[in-house]
Amino acid sequence: MSNQHTDTDTGAKVRIVLAKLGLDGHDRGIKIVARILRDAGMEVIYLGLRQTTDSIVAAAEEEDADAIGLSMHNAGHLTLAPAMIEALRTADMDIPLIVGGIVPDMDVETLTDAGVAAVLGPGAPAEEVVAAVTQAVANSS
Amino acid sequence: MSLRGLSTEEVFERATAGERRALGRVLTFVERAGEAADIVTDLSHPLGGSAHIVGITGAPGAGKSTLTGQLTRLLPERGVRPAVLAVDPSSPLTGGAILGDRIRMDDVAGDDVFIRSVATRGHAGGLALSIPGGVRAFDAAGYDPVIIETVGVGQVEVDVVGAADTTVVVVNPGWGDAVQANKAGLMEVADIFVINKADRPGAADSRRDLDLMLDLSHVTGQESRTGYRPPIIMTTATDGTGADELWDAIVAHRVHLETTGELAVRRAARHHYEVTHRLEQLVADGIAIALAEDEGAALLADVAAKRISPADAARVIATRILR
Amino acid sequence: METMVTGPAHDDSPSTNEARDQWQAAYDSSRLRDVPFETMSGVPLEPVHGAEPYPGQYPYTRGLFPAGYRSRLWTMRMFAGFGTAEDTNARFKELLRNGGTGLSTAFDMPTLMGRDSDSSWALGEVGHCGVAIDTVSDMRDLFAGIDLAKVSTSMTINGPAAILMAMYVAVAEETGVARADLAGTIQNDILKEYQAQKEYIYPPRPSMRIITDMVKFTTAEMPRWHPISISGYHIREAGSTAAQELAFTLANGFAYVEAALAAGENIDEFGRRLSFFFNSHSDFFEEIGKFRAARRIWARWMKERYGATDERAMMCRFHTQTAGVSLTAQQPEINIARVATQALAAAMGGTQSLHTDGFDEAMALPTEKAARIALRTQQIVAHETGVAAVADPLGGAPFVEWMTDEMERQAEEIFEHLEDLGNGSMLEGVYEAVENGYFVGEIADSAYRFEREVNAGRRIIVGVNAFAEGAEDDVQNLLRIGHETEDYQLKRLITVKQDRNDERVAAALARVTADAEDSNTNLMPGLIEAVTASATEEEIVMAMESVFGTYVERAIV
Repeated sequence: MSNQHTDTDTGAKVRIVLAKLGLDGHDRGIKIVARILRDAGMEVIYLGLRQTTDSIVAAAEEEDADAIGLSMHNAGHLTLAPAMIEALRTADMDIPLIVGGIVPDMDVETLTDAGVAAVLGPGAPAEEVVAAVTQAVANSS
Repeated sequence: MSLRGLSTEEVFERATAGERRALGRVLTFVERAGEAADIVTDLSHPLGGSAHIVGITGAPGAGKSTLTGQLTRLLPERGVRPAVLAVDPSSPLTGGAILGDRIRMDDVAGDDVFIRSVATRGHAGGLALSIPGGVRAFDAAGYDPVIIETVGVGQVEVDVVGAADTTVVVVNPGWGDAVQANKAGLMEVADIFVINKADRPGAADSRRDLDLMLDLSHVTGQESRTGYRPPIIMTTATDGTGADELWDAIVAHRVHLETTGELAVRRAARHHYEVTHRLEQLVADGIAIALAEDEGAALLADVAAKRISPADAARVIATRILR
Repeated sequence: METMVTGPAHDDSPSTNEARDQWQAAYDSSRLRDVPFETMSGVPLEPVHGAEPYPGQYPYTRGLFPAGYRSRLWTMRMFAGFGTAEDTNARFKELLRNGGTGLSTAFDMPTLMGRDSDSSWALGEVGHCGVAIDTVSDMRDLFAGIDLAKVSTSMTINGPAAILMAMYVAVAEETGVARADLAGTIQNDILKEYQAQKEYIYPPRPSMRIITDMVKFTTAEMPRWHPISISGYHIREAGSTAAQELAFTLANGFAYVEAALAAGENIDEFGRRLSFFFNSHSDFFEEIGKFRAARRIWARWMKERYGATDERAMMCRFHTQTAGVSLTAQQPEINIARVATQALAAAMGGTQSLHTDGFDEAMALPTEKAARIALRTQQIVAHETGVAAVADPLGGAPFVEWMTDEMERQAEEIFEHLEDLGNGSMLEGVYEAVENGYFVGEIADSAYRFEREVNAGRRIIVGVNAFAEGAEDDVQNLLRIGHETEDYQLKRLITVKQDRNDERVAAALARVTADAEDSNTNLMPGLIEAVTASATEEEIVMAMESVFGTYVERAIV
């Protein structure tokens, strides 16, 4: 006899950590993404501002996160995204990193080459955001 | 610390050996219910029982997260390793959730603190299994106390309160109608009251009001049974004032529970509740299956055709399920 | 009803309108720019049309000055800052050469947050979104060769504002300019940080103490300095509606007024040195209504609620910046058109000073060319469109008057809520609303609503969800800040720390901490001493942090 709940699902929910690294305080976009992902049925662990790679890794471990989403607006993406990838590698955490915010087209390839799973531009529509996260999680499991 | 390819048992073992990510995974097993969760239950139950389980509840904005954060900051200094389950409601429409409580609890203490965000996931009594399961996992991994922090709202509150040894209710000055609080049942569940934002005007008045309410409830409430009157702790969570006193009160309550034997009583009640709940789930699942099967469908058709009564149909199925 | 006076200035019929006469007298004694006030075709123009209140008359709905832009155009104050102080100094001089009339300084993230360039938090950020300032040596380089007695400088900084202001004073005095002669503004608006921009360091109440200290100091010693620029720009950028921008900004203003009064300031003394900073977004008439409502509301509250008697204390002087958030990465050149309409709205709304964004700013700081085009855009509005020749040109138009009223109405509802929260005090109401997440919640809701509309295609953003043909590769020539600034600053810091007198620094920092502990001591003199001794910004921030603590916000999404 199955032990599964048959009313609302207890099934596998995507759990994603959303954060901003460093001092950048532009959180309009990341808050909208949080709502979008919640509306798509995901559980968003919202760390908000002023996070370090250490604090994000620690949270991802404790929360058994399926993915990490970083939002960047201060032209720091070429330094910060690789730093996050490196921190995840060091912690032996093979979960995808998705980067959103202000990333010029010309830098997208650099980021994906460095290991970023997906890059979302500013104001990316909800469908695209959800698809990017879902795809990234599916690809890594 | 990759967990790929490991069995549930192996992950559990790593968790109890101190691997944080493994513990995170164990908590996920618990959340998802099912086979892995049962394995975790079986493995963790014998190892547990020592951790002090503290529920912290109160209205939104009362300062629970900040207060919990102060505790997670000060307890490691006292050689204590707290774990936190921070509970937030899932959206009833979409099933998703935004879990933001941990922002105010930066676990700077590394291995000595573990914070996990939990969404209610919407089903009735949904926390009834995942909270005790989470607590057992923390207990097995050596965390003590386990703090369950949540907004007190109806069913969620019941689940949390039911799961805790010590329930702390957090209010703010100017927290209004004491009658409202009484109706909400707060007076009965609170083992400790905290008036947070005690630096605000009205704090002293609120304290007086609360004392009066406790005097009144003395007549009917737990104090007459157990001789325990919930203390009122004044705190300013933003700068940590009162956090020490709160911890002392929590410890004192634990001592009281043990010396009066009340701890065993509460835990027995919790086991009763958990087993009952699990049974209810098993039975509910069984019912759904039985009614969907050919024989069940045939019985229902008989009821519709008035060949048998609903009571007959139920008796037949019950015999089958309960065998 | 109002009389529509549209005839020539010297109408023969006797005027029964006292307000009109008063305005006329004020206008006649205004010094005017020496340019023809006529259309391109030579038609002579009246300085104003329509009815009272006339420009320069309470409640200043139609403008602060009787002659409007006929006396003085708005200041073309272009925000600049990137890389090292030397880099920015060059850009400053370029802008002054190109006709800019005021300096406006952008600082990099670490500087804005009170961190030095060698802090671990500064990784990847040094010199990126503004100029890096660690010590007074950097400030010196920033203004090298610029006569601080002749320019008006705006410094866009909040959390560590007191320290930067102290550096500016120290540098000015080194070059022989008395502090009393310094003209400028420092943003120093901490309340909006908790609401929108998030560049806070300490919790709200200690931050307010720092601000009131700066206010008292400038009242006494720097009367030409505006100690707070109460800002709505960031609130709007974070996603608020126009009415919320208006209301939250003015409410913050009321909060500062109450704090200053409680600190013993005189309403007129203090009030006349406040200024504001608004956004100019894309909805043309909503923005104009907003600007007009701002003047009207501020004047009424300052006079009726706070008892101001000096006109200047009732005037809502404001700087405007075109909406950065409206710029698109797609087809970036069309942003020039966006900025042009937004600049036009600001001019027709009567702004005192204006910054126009570069077309490439959706993706990076503006290149020199983009910054120049932005400045030229303002110059076109000022010199070619004719809108500067007539004050409040849309005043009296039924739609614009209605829009003004509507903005005011919505704002008053918000004021009522805040006043309620504060049991009659706007200051307490704002503190409470910061704490309980009211502001951030409202802003997040508005932002989300807007995003949904755009997503659903109900709100058109040209080039993004409509008319997307032509979206090719983005602007190739983006401004890139390399690591040179970081390297340079690190070396600089080492040198400065070697050369300075350690004992003097230690004593100065100890004094800052002691001053912070005593709420009766003004922090400014101690800060000036500390910067002069070459203490770094972060060292000074920490000296106060040990007393004030830090602020962690709640997660309101």
